[in-house]
Amino acid sequence: MTLQYIEKTVAIGRHEGRSGTGMEPLRLLTRTSARILSRYGVLVGFLVFWQVAASSGWVNSAVLPPVDTIVAALWKGLIGGSLLGDIAISLQRAGLAFAAAVVVAIPLGLVMGQARAVETALDPILQLFRQTSALALYPVFILLLGLGEASKVFVIFWATLFPLLLNTISGVKEVDPKLIEMARAYGARRLTIFRRVVLPGAVPSIFVGLRLGATTALLLLIASEMIGANKGIGFQVMNAQYNFQIPLMFAAIVILAALGLIANQVLVVLQRRLCRWNVSAS
Amino acid sequence: MATARGGDVTIRDLSKSFAIGGRQLAVLRSLDLDIRSGECLVIVGASGSGKTTLLRILAGLERADGGAVAIDGKRIEGVGEERAVIFQEPRLLPWLTVLGNVAFGLEVRGIAKAEAEKRARFYIALVGLAEFSDAYPRQLSGGMAQRVGIARALTVQPEILLLDEPLGALDAMTKISMQEELARIWSEENVTMVMVTHDLEEAIYLADRVLILPREKGGAVRLIDVDLPRPRERSESRFVRYREELLREFGLH
Repeated sequence: MTLQYIEKTVAIGRHEGRSGTGMEPLRLLTRTSARILSRYGVLVGFLVFWQVAASSGWVNSAVLPPVDTIVAALWKGLIGGSLLGDIAISLQRAGLAFAAAVVVAIPLGLVMGQARAVETALDPILQLFRQTSALALYPVFILLLGLGEASKVFVIFWATLFPLLLNTISGVKEVDPKLIEMARAYGARRLTIFRRVVLPGAVPSIFVGLRLGATTALLLLIASEMIGANKGIGFQVMNAQYNFQIPLMFAAIVILAALGLIANQVLVVLQRRLCRWNVSAS
Repeated sequence: MATARGGDVTIRDLSKSFAIGGRQLAVLRSLDLDIRSGECLVIVGASGSGKTTLLRILAGLERADGGAVAIDGKRIEGVGEERAVIFQEPRLLPWLTVLGNVAFGLEVRGIAKAEAEKRARFYIALVGLAEFSDAYPRQLSGGMAQRVGIARALTVQPEILLLDEPLGALDAMTKISMQEELARIWSEENVTMVMVTHDLEEAIYLADRVLILPREKGGAVRLIDVDLPRPRERSESRFVRYREELLREFGLH
């Protein structure tokens, strides 16, 4: 009896999330707008408050320009093309560094998570590197690699490496040994166990690393561009402030925020596609 | 009884001990046992009597310190295709659907995915989960998940099915219906079944013979033939007498 009751109330994945399809248009519209309001209401309120505060003189609009002025500056920079070059170079720096970190950290983490000897040997030096701020090392990288692109890409790579590596290692280590034993009991060999049990089991944790890594990469991008660059969005934030082009400064900040949101959203979508089975991802 | 696929198990002089706190603790001492092809042998014993260890050695997941196990005359080393294990936990891969999980054992053994899934569907239906082929493990109840584990083991069509307290984690109602299901599967599939349990009633319900492992040093291994017609009736007087006999063996009656 218990069993049958449970069986009838279990929902199968494919049928979830379709509840809105059969509804009449008006109700659907009301519900959709209610959902948008509950999700973005506070954000919109914040922007409206900013606009009113800046344009009515409650705050110094030279320091905090009204939202429409910032949007205009942003529009000019994007359509006029003056900011496009900065976006391109910033994306190149962060993208290159992030890709290199992925290529190094994930395979290394997969090995370290499985081979105890490798992990034992590398762990102390990794902990030392990890606890040393990448920004503190930036001058060292500049000395070694010069003030050009190489040192910037390297410092971003360096900082991105650790969240990726550590999350990959812990993902591999946290795969349930009982699942590995189950595969072994069915005759699976090491490579099959790795491919069919360890790797898929580690994917959610690897995605945590990817998302942290993307955030870190953007953070270090800005920092490195503020310290020694003549192009890039981080440089534009600094430069516009020096020249008191405050709307342009905010426009650059908005672009940075947008880049972070887009990177995170891309990873979230990818994660949902790869980890449909995982509750925390859906 | 119909002739089984094979699966005569010969256990000779088997011993195993573990190092616990610097001391060697013997759990199996020179065990001799013959398991007949097609029978259902249920192993009971107090905790620490080595029943799970014995099953794990039979599965090839653990090595004995001494002695030998042979299946149909061939000495076993490690895991083998003629055996399949059902664990206490379902041990399903959360990223695979029910179908994927049930086909997993065959795929690991090199059967093509399409063929593996075809055979998997048959056993999914056999355990009554046909509608749930595309469900993920997190969507299943405990009893359903365990039935997926059972289907996975049946799909590789083993000669010997090894069950390590497979119903131990289930609630009482689900447990009884699963015992009936195991009895049905055993008689339909013509498989040699070796099962560990601590539930004496479960042992009598399923077993041709019950093996009682002693706990203390020098204690004797006991084998009890359960001579009852199937399907068995738990309230029947002879069933109850077997239960009392087993309780006496454990000094509880």
